[in-house]
This record gives sequence, C-alpha cells and structure tokens, in this order.
Amino acid sequence: MLLSERTLSATKRVYMDHAAGRPVEPRVIEAMLPYMKSSYGNPSSLHVFGQEAKRAVEEARAQVAKLINAEKKESVIFTSGATESNNLAIKGVANRNKDRGTRILTSSVEHMSVVNPCKFLTTKGFEAVFLPVDKYGFLNLESLQKELTDKTVLVSVVYANGEIGTIEPIKEISKIVHGKNVYLHVDATAACGQVPVDVRNEGIDLLTISSNDMYGPRGVGALCVKDGVRLEPLLHGGGQERGLRSGTENVAAVVGFGKAAEIAKKEMQTESARLTKLRDRFIDGLLKPIPYSFLNGHPTTRLPDNVSVRYSFIEGESMLLSLDMMGVYASSGSACTAKTLEPSHVLLAVGLKHEEAHGSLMFTLGRHNTEEDVDYAASLMPDIVKRLRNMSPLTPKELRM
Amino acid sequence: MYTEKVMEHFKNPRNVGEIPDADGVGTVGNPVCGDLMTIYIKVKDNRLVDIKFKTFGCGSAIATSSMITELAKGKTLEEGLQITRANVADELGGLPAVKMHCSNLAADALHAAIEDYYKKHGKGGDTNK
Repeated sequence: MLLSERTLSATKRVYMDHAAGRPVEPRVIEAMLPYMKSSYGNPSSLHVFGQEAKRAVEEARAQVAKLINAEKKESVIFTSGATESNNLAIKGVANRNKDRGTRILTSSVEHMSVVNPCKFLTTKGFEAVFLPVDKYGFLNLESLQKELTDKTVLVSVVYANGEIGTIEPIKEISKIVHGKNVYLHVDATAACGQVPVDVRNEGIDLLTISSNDMYGPRGVGALCVKDGVRLEPLLHGGGQERGLRSGTENVAAVVGFGKAAEIAKKEMQTESARLTKLRDRFIDGLLKPIPYSFLNGHPTTRLPDNVSVRYSFIEGESMLLSLDMMGVYASSGSACTAKTLEPSHVLLAVGLKHEEAHGSLMFTLGRHNTEEDVDYAASLMPDIVKRLRNMSPLTPKELRM
Repeated sequence: MYTEKVMEHFKNPRNVGEIPDADGVGTVGNPVCGDLMTIYIKVKDNRLVDIKFKTFGCGSAIATSSMITELAKGKTLEEGLQITRANVADELGGLPAVKMHCSNLAADALHAAIEDYYKKHGKGGDTNK
C-alpha cells in the first residue's frame, strides 16, 4: 500500500499542497489513454500512424495556444515542464543574443528554475541582476527602469508567485521592458489555468507554462515564443518543435496537457471564483483566532489557490508534521523541509526576518477542496500553535498557557 | 523521512518546560537558523536529578531535545558531558543527514547547562547540600 493510503491517527485526509503536485483530471486521463494503448506512432513518420500522432500533437498545441491567446499555435513549443521552459527561455535568449548584450534582469522572488539558470550564466560571462520587491512581493518598477541598461537582453519575471501568491503587474512591466526594446520572459507556471494569461494583450515575448499545474500530466510543459524572438535550443537533435526542442514528442502527455488547457479555459472563471471565496474564508479561519499570526503576500492581488501564513515564535516544519498527523497535507516556507537549511529566498526578499520566514506555512487549494476542508484545517491550528508555542523559548510569557 | 521513534518523541515530548530555580541553564542555536534550544538542569549529589527543555525548531529539533532529557536524567555530570550527538541520533533510530545539526544542538545545550552549573557552583559543588 502507498504511504498516502495509510490511515495514520487521522480520520480525515485533506490534501492542500496543490502547488507541489495536482491530481490528473479524469477527463484528461480519458483523452490520453488512446495514445498510450493503441496510437503509438511517431509524429515525424509519414504513414497513417505518424499522421494520427501528429494531428493529436497539433490539436493539443492549438488548445494550449488558445488558453494563453498566442498569435498562432506554432508559437507553442512543448517541453518536459516548467524547469526546462525556464532554462530554454533564459539560456536560449542569453546565448543567442550575446551580440546585443550580456545583462539579464530578474526579480528576487523567482522560482529556482529561473534563479539558477541566471546564476549559472554569470559563470559564462553574463551579468544577472535580482531586482528587489516590496513587502507584498511586487516588483519594484523604479529599480527595473533604472537597471534596464543598453546591455540588457532579457527580463524574466514570475507572473504570480508560487509561494506567496502575489500577482505581478505584467502589463506595466512589459511596457517598461519593451520601451527599451528588451525581451520579456514570464514564468506563469503557478498562474496559468487559475487566472487569465494573455501573451498578446499583456505583451509577453516568452511564456513558461506547466501541465500539472492545470491538472494535466507531469513531465510536460511549454514555452510560448513570440514570432521573431531569437532563441538558441538547449537540445540538439532531430529538429522537432521548430528546432527549438529536439526529441520525439511525448504524444500522450502532450495530448493530456492540451485537454487540461481546454478544460482550464472553459472552467477557470467559475473555479477561480469558488477558490477565491474558499481562500479568503480559510485565511480568516487561520488568522483570526490566533494572535501573532500574519498573511504572506498581498491580500487580494493573489492567486485564488494560495494561502501562505506565518505564526510567530514557532517553526514551520513542526506545524507541518502536526497537521500531517491530523490528515492535513500542506507545505512550509521553512527550508528545514528542503535540501538546504536556509529559509525560502522569497520570504526573505519580502523583508521577513529569518525566524519569521521559518514560521511560515503554505496551503495551496484545488478542485477537490471544500468549505468543510478549509474549516477542518483551520480548526486544528489553535491547538497546534498553542502546543508548539508552549514548547518554544521565544514565546512571550503572556502567550504561554 | 523521520523514524517512528522521532515522530513518537515529537508527538509526546518528554520533560518540556522550564525549571524556575534551575542549577544550570544552557541555550544554544539561533532562531535565524531555525533552531533554538534551552536546557534547564537540577543537580543533586553530582547527578542530573531533573532536566527540562524549551525548543524552537523543526520536528527533529524537538525530538532530539526530548531524547537528550531522557538520556541525561539520573546520570552524573561527567556522564552527561559524554553524551554526544551521535548517541542522540542513534537512540532515535537515526536522523536525516541534513538534520544532524539539530541533534548536535541537543548535546551542546546539555553540555552548556552543565558548564553553567560548574561556573556557578564550581566543579564538585552542590547547591542542595
């Protein structure tokens, strides 16, 4: 039996870690099945098997293009996921446009798959600048303007922060970046499928999206590349995906991604409205009964699924373990759970002290979460916080019971 | 990622609290790193007759704090000084590699409390005579 199927001391099981992994939508699985069972052709083959596979890939490309309002379906390059898309955008633009400049600007609240390619490029003669954000995580536009020198070739900014939920003013950012004739890459991994993303209207040259983040299968994503953007591939081979991503297409996964995008397009508005209500109810339930508790990120300009909170004097992982024992599965802003012991760079960038960042807890809601779920999870927190605060040497006397 | 023993100590930590009239107090760690631990000891006839802890930290920081109080209780001060981070981790059935610093902390806090006792009372001193 899988560990996740084992009933621990909990009677309830409430999954609230959708940013880490989402269930694949049943309609998506249905759409994928034929391409795993009977349709096994290679889209590059001329015969009927190949053409059937090619048609399926192209239909999925159109579905994804429609979701983000790409100028044409060929703008969509399928990749293995958001990490590859971010790497392709950043390294691809940097390497191909060296003659124009070697400076890359990004924010200080990016995902590691943006941070680390930028850092890597600094070892190859490029310059990377991590721009500051305010206490909500909004990019400092003055500093963007100031740092946008003639040597800059690319600006890479997250559409909405996966950790604290804050949605960036992409249209404004685009105006500033394009005013200097520089490419804008936007990582919309957490946002796309939850909020409308429109590459043409918002002025996005390169857009990263991920399938699992919209209930599609894992291992597939896309980079949407505007016509005329000069880009060097990461993978060289048979020249698939307009030569920007060689390798035989993962047809079943691509088909699933397309279906997930189609469903997201149709159902986003209703589902996001439902989640936003649920999110706000949950935030109230988590914060109101407990003193010294705070919301991370902006209260309203935030992703519908994101609930990131922090409690003073205690540490995130011990809260996570306590929730886990009661059947609530969440995530922590504390790196004690991760491979490094540093707290999240996002929480530090919005100005939290180390010990505050260590006390953070992140819930990401999904299609299956109900009002009952959020009320149950919120109802657990007072006891968990009280127990851990009673154990902590940092807790002020008046809070000890 | 944690052993059952770690989880058991996390769920039911032994000897949580403060000793207001402690004979020795040791605090190690730093909330900046995400771990801070204070150990309080009561000494009689050169033995650790009571020991309590307060910890800010992750699951393993709490479990190792709890474990060190169990290991140290009833021991002589010299024996207490000989408890190492490896002992604590072994008694818990092992800790993830990245967490080994937490159990280091538990042994350090105990040693700091004993040193504090020595400083206040001198070696071989006994407040309760």
